[in-house]
Amino acid sequence: MSTKTVEVRVDYVSRVEGHGNIVVVADGDEVKEVRFEVTEAPRFFEGMLRGRPYDQAALITSRICGICSNGHVLAAITAMEAALGLTPTEQTMLLRRLLLHGETIQSHVLHSYFLVAPDFFGLGSVVPLVETHPDVVRRALRMKKLGNDLCDMVGGRAVHQIAAVVGGFTHLPTPEELLAFRGRLDDAAADLQETVTLFAGLEMPDFERPTEYLSLKADNGYAFFGDQILSSNGETTPVSRYREKVRERVVPHSSAKHCRSDQATFMVGALARLNNGFEHLSNGATQAASDLGMRPGCTNTYMNTVAQLVEAVHCVEDSKAIVTTLLDAGLRPDPPAVEVREGHGVGAVEVPRGTLYHEYGVDGEGKITEANLIIPTGQNLANLEADMWALAPQVLPQGREKTQKAMEMLVRAYDPCISCSTHVIYLDEEVTA
Amino acid sequence: MAEPIRSPKRPRVALFELASCAGCQLQILNCEDELVDLLQLVEFVYFKEAMTETSDEYDLALIEGSVTRESDEEKLRVIRERAKLVVTLGSCAFPVGIPGLKNQHDLREIETLVYGADSEFFPSIQAKPVDAVIPVDMHILGCPIHKDDFMRVLSALLVGKNPPVPTYPVCVECRLKENVCAYDRGLMCLGPITRAGCGAICPSYGSRCFGCRGLAADPNIPSLEALLEEHGRSGGQVLAEYALYNGYYSTRDGGLKAKVTE
Repeated sequence: MSTKTVEVRVDYVSRVEGHGNIVVVADGDEVKEVRFEVTEAPRFFEGMLRGRPYDQAALITSRICGICSNGHVLAAITAMEAALGLTPTEQTMLLRRLLLHGETIQSHVLHSYFLVAPDFFGLGSVVPLVETHPDVVRRALRMKKLGNDLCDMVGGRAVHQIAAVVGGFTHLPTPEELLAFRGRLDDAAADLQETVTLFAGLEMPDFERPTEYLSLKADNGYAFFGDQILSSNGETTPVSRYREKVRERVVPHSSAKHCRSDQATFMVGALARLNNGFEHLSNGATQAASDLGMRPGCTNTYMNTVAQLVEAVHCVEDSKAIVTTLLDAGLRPDPPAVEVREGHGVGAVEVPRGTLYHEYGVDGEGKITEANLIIPTGQNLANLEADMWALAPQVLPQGREKTQKAMEMLVRAYDPCISCSTHVIYLDEEVTA
Repeated sequence: MAEPIRSPKRPRVALFELASCAGCQLQILNCEDELVDLLQLVEFVYFKEAMTETSDEYDLALIEGSVTRESDEEKLRVIRERAKLVVTLGSCAFPVGIPGLKNQHDLREIETLVYGADSEFFPSIQAKPVDAVIPVDMHILGCPIHKDDFMRVLSALLVGKNPPVPTYPVCVECRLKENVCAYDRGLMCLGPITRAGCGAICPSYGSRCFGCRGLAADPNIPSLEALLEEHGRSGGQVLAEYALYNGYYSTRDGGLKAKVTE
C-alpha cells in the first residue's frame, strides 16, 4: 500500500453559480482532508438592510442572487407579511406560485442542460453542442424561455421582477396573456417528454449516503410555501422556530456559513422535496419520475438533477392548473393595503435549490431593525463536505483525474448558488473558528 | 473607440464577476432567441458560470459587479491590460448598485454583525464602481441589464459604432408610455433625474423608479424641486432613496448631494 500523499485540487469550479474550490488530500488510502472552499466576495446584506424601509426588503434581497431573485422576493414578502400581520388573498397566492414556478423551470432547465449535461458528453460547456446537437440546445433554450416568460408575464421581468410586493401585486396579467400562455404550457409537453427521454439515457454515478432531508410541508399538495418544516425522519418544526432546526456556524475556509440540523448535516433542494412529498406530484411528474428511475427514499445526491427534471414537469402542469383557475375566476385588482406596525416575522419558501428563510424585525415607522437570511446552498455545504468525505475513498483509487471529475460532478449535483450563500449570513452564538 | 473590434478570428469575449448577484450574466444566458446566433459571431473564452475552458487572451472584457476587496483592484488592472475594450454590465459595476449600500454603514461594525469574531477572515473595503479603478469604455446600465440593450451594444461594438446612450431622464420614457405619474399615486420616484434607456419598466408595472441607472446627463434639478414641493416631499427624501443604488458617486464632487437642497 502506497503512503504517497495525494492532493486533488480544483480551483474555481466551473458551471456553478459563484466561486468555490475543491480540496481533497489523501495519504495512501487514508483521506486526510476534504474541503469545499468558498472564496466569493462577502456582501453583508444583513447589515445593509438595517434602517431601510420594510417594502425595500424584497428589492434589496433579490439582488443577493439573480438566479433565485424571485425566491428572495417571495421569502421577503412572506416574512414581512408575518411581521405586519397581513394575510394575502387566494389570487395573490396563486400568482406568487406562478412566479415561483417560472423561476424553478428556468433554473432547473439551466442547471440540467447547461451545467450538468456537458459532463455526460465529455465537454467543458454546452457550446460545442450547438454544432453537434443543435436540436438539444434549441429545446433547452425553448424550455428556459418558457420559465422566463412566465416570470415576465406575472412579475414584469424574469430577473428582479417588479409587480409582486408586500400585500399583493401592483400589476396583473391580462386574460389574453394568460390564455396565450396556457397554450404555450400545453405545447411544452413534447419538449418535456424528450428531456425525460434524454436524461433517462444518462447514467448517474452510483453513490449512496443516507442523510436527513428537509423541506417545507404544505397543507395540501406539493410544498412550495408552508408554515412547517418537514424532516425525512417524519418530524415537523414550525417555520417560526427554524433556528432550532437549522443551525449556522462560521468555518474559516468559507465566506459562506455552514448549517447543521442538531448535530448532523442535512440536504435541501429538489431531491429533499421529492423524498418528502413524492405522493403530491402531478400525474405527468409521477410518470416522469418513473421513466427516470426516481423513487422516494433516494439517497444518491447525484440524482438531485433528475429530481429537478421531475419538478420541472410538475411546475409546468401545476402552472397550467393555476392559469385555468385564474381564467375561470377572473382576475380582480388586488392592490396592496399595508398598515405599518412594529413586528417580527419569519417567511420560508421552497426555491429551486431548497428552503429559503427570511426573518425581519420592523419598528413602528416600518424601518427594518434586524434581518436574518438562511440560504439553501449554505444549508447544503456541510452535507456536501460529508458526501465528499464518503466519496473520496471510493474514487481515489481510480486516479486523480477521475477523482477530480467525480468531485466536480458532486458539487454540481447540489446546483450550488455560491453568490447567495456568501451574501446572506447572520451572527449566531455558535461561532467556532 | 469607433474602431471595430479586430481579431484574427471571431472576437474573443471574457466575462468576469466581482461582487454581484450574477443576474446580468444570467441575462446574457436569457437571450434564448439570440444565443445560438451570438455564438457564431463571438467566441466566449472565459465565462465560469457556463464553461470549464478558460483563456487569458480576449478582445472584449465584460465586467459584472462592484469592487469590494483589494484583490479586485489588482484583478481589474490585469483585465484592463489584456482587453482591447472593457464594458461593464449592470448597476453594481456602475454606478455601484446594491453593494454600495454598505458604504452608509461603519464597515467594521457590519462585518462584525455578520461574521462575529471571525470577521477578520473576510477583509472588505468600501464598495466602488469599476471605473473608480480602471478606465471603462462603456457601461451597459440597469439592475439587471436588459437583454435587448446587451445585444444592441454588442452589435454596435462589433461593427465599430458607438451605441447611442440616452442623456434624458426616465420621466421622458414614462410619459411616452402614458403611465400615471408615481407622485400622483402617492409614491416617491427618481424618474425625473435617472438616466433613461429602460423604457420606464418599473413605473410601467405599478412600481416607481429607484435610480438604478445613475444620474441623467443633465438632470433638471429646479423641475425636480418644484415637483417635490407640489407633493410635499423633500430633497432629503430624494437623497435617501438615491443612495439605494448610488452610494458611491452621490456623495462625491458633482454628485446629487451637491445639487439638491435637503
